[in-house]
Amino acid sequence: MAVEEVESRLLAYGHTACAGCGEALAARTVIEAAGPDVIIANATGCLEVFTTRFPRSAWRVPWIHSLFENAASVASGIEVALKALERSDEAKVIAQAGDGGTADIGMGAFSGMLERGHDILYVCYDTEVYSNTGFQRSGLTPLYAHTTTSPAGELTWGNATRKKDLPSIAVDHGAVYVATASVGYPQDITRKVKKALSLSGPKYIQIHCPCVPGWGIESHMTIRVARAAVNSGLIPLFEIVEGNIIGVRKIKEDERVSVEEYMKLQKRFSHVLKSPRGKDLIRQVQSIANLNIEKFGLLGINE
Amino acid sequence: MKAIMEGSQAVAQVVSLCKPNVVCAYPITPQTHIVERLAILHSEGKLKAGFVLAESEHSAASIVLGASATGARSYTATSSQGLLLMTEVMFNIAGMRLPVVMTVANRAVSAPINIWNDQQDSMSLRDCGWIQMYAEDVQEACDMHIQAFRIAEELNIPVMVCMDGFVLTHSMEVVDIPSQDEVDEILPPFAPSYFLTPKDPVTLGSMAGPDAYMEIRMLLHKAMKDAPRVIQDVSDEFEEKTGRHQGGLLDPYELEDAEIVLVSMGSLLGTMKDVVDQLRDEGYPIGILKVRTTRPFPREKFHDLLCNARAVAVLEKDISLGLEGILCSEIRSAFCRAAKTPNISSFIVGLGGRDVREDDIRNIAISMFENDSCRVEFVGINKEALAAAHWRAEDYTECISTDVCPKPEKGDS
Ligand SMILES: Cc1ncc(C[n+]2csc(CCOP(=O)(O)OP(=O)(O)O)c2C)c(N)n1
Repeated sequence: MAVEEVESRLLAYGHTACAGCGEALAARTVIEAAGPDVIIANATGCLEVFTTRFPRSAWRVPWIHSLFENAASVASGIEVALKALERSDEAKVIAQAGDGGTADIGMGAFSGMLERGHDILYVCYDTEVYSNTGFQRSGLTPLYAHTTTSPAGELTWGNATRKKDLPSIAVDHGAVYVATASVGYPQDITRKVKKALSLSGPKYIQIHCPCVPGWGIESHMTIRVARAAVNSGLIPLFEIVEGNIIGVRKIKEDERVSVEEYMKLQKRFSHVLKSPRGKDLIRQVQSIANLNIEKFGLLGINE
Repeated sequence: MKAIMEGSQAVAQVVSLCKPNVVCAYPITPQTHIVERLAILHSEGKLKAGFVLAESEHSAASIVLGASATGARSYTATSSQGLLLMTEVMFNIAGMRLPVVMTVANRAVSAPINIWNDQQDSMSLRDCGWIQMYAEDVQEACDMHIQAFRIAEELNIPVMVCMDGFVLTHSMEVVDIPSQDEVDEILPPFAPSYFLTPKDPVTLGSMAGPDAYMEIRMLLHKAMKDAPRVIQDVSDEFEEKTGRHQGGLLDPYELEDAEIVLVSMGSLLGTMKDVVDQLRDEGYPIGILKVRTTRPFPREKFHDLLCNARAVAVLEKDISLGLEGILCSEIRSAFCRAAKTPNISSFIVGLGGRDVREDDIRNIAISMFENDSCRVEFVGINKEALAAAHWRAEDYTECISTDVCPKPEKGDS
């Protein structure tokens, strides 16, 4: 299932991401959709590390990294400065971070940015683990995934909690545009980024990105795994404008997979699949997918 | 124009005359009156800046970081816990060479929680790469802020102006607030050499590995070491233009023939000068060295100004626990291999808002004439409070005054 590589001028080749890195592909798609007239504030994490080892940089747009938890605040400062200096026409402001930088340590800054209503697009690359520091659990790690800090063991089944519902949190802050996307569907990312940037106010896009070493997948499987997540219903793709769902990506009947099939593609769930209790655990995960399917009406055809 | 004003209001007024483009601060006692005043000035259209209400000090510092990197003159203010929460960002701002200016309304740090004045907060951040200046009174705090923007932008090093919480932030003083023209003449518009813009894309804050990190840190060190010249020049220029004495990095008072020198920073100096005036009248050869800048640390200057003294007493409202007053240790470092070394003693005073009375200073001064040991002393310890603490010590007498370099016993070789 090959995906066209996005030719990128703005995030150049030569970065040091792993082969098959979902986050690198997603980031390239985002920046190409956004175009050159942007300023990016990037949190600490894989994306920052693999693109900017001094004195080189893969970025051909103005880009700043400060810390792990403050991308939203730095972006707020940039946006306010552009306004104060009457340079707002010059650039759109994008903040970007991983799931840890957004859902955990950066939550306060994220909330502040949304609440203040800055004209910023915030993109979260959701690898469902702290990829950069060796695949520890984050608030967006899914139920029963093995991570290096939520290991599966005699007494444990991997991560004991469900994904934090960040898109709803963003919606409840009054974000003008909230969308989920997947690196399995790059054209959808492009469309959503363009749409977000056409609106003024705080916007949030959460992009699901498989992490090759973190999830225990082969490097050529990134896109297949990403699509399976979507087509199982675990990662619903939707768009919410001013609080109203305006679109969802329907799961085509012939592409639909069970969560078990999705889990089988990745080592991080192998303990679940092997265990005698596995059936029960898989049922619980399937019920999360079912709820999503129901809530967002993921089956059937687009009207 | 002269007016009677509260310290915080005066500082807010002066900051707005400096025409910052972005102001962002998070409230904490005793800095609150500064932020509140800036909010009012903004609401009246007198402060024409982007005025952002952050959800924490960490974010406030990050917001001014982002703004400064975009080419905006940026200002924030905090105290104590707020400064500690900002710590990570403070190092970042300095490491990225962003000329942010900040007011620190000096306050004790928790625990125990205490809102009153000492200087533990800013002194604990002495290694974060910011220039640190300490004001003696409200007028000086005002004047320092104007100079701070100029120094920061000339050197691309952030500057914190420290003023004692409550003692200066909440006291009414007659202050001469300069006119807009006077400020403009000293402080030209901010013209950064690079900033975030699509017209000339730069990458800021990239990762440096073991092959380059050390060089970048050394360059920061060099920039800081070169800073005294600019700080002195700006101080001199300010003095010349306003006719108000400034004092550069270190400002001597009655030092000429002084056998004993008292050293301190911040608002304590006012009281110290009164005491020294009295002692001079009584015939004591004593003087004061006022420290206006602790970073960069003017080591040679300290040496030259103190080397003729018999003994030096450093009075400070901070401590490096288990060692002594922070400034005192640093002053000792000015005398490695010196031909003449004064006896240097550390006096810990006024922690957590404890009153430092004229008598306390007088007693310290006189003890310096009578006792030539090098010691670390806590001044004004309340024995009842000691007895009430959970971690009672059996014997703290030695701790109240410790001889740190005892003289060799007779017979020792
Ligand atoms: C204050 C702070 N705590 C911890 C870290 C260590 N750290 C750096 S990146 C990272 C995890 C990043 O994970 P995520 O945000 O999910 O981004 P990813 O690497 O997956 O893209 C951690 C824990 C840090 N740099 N700063």
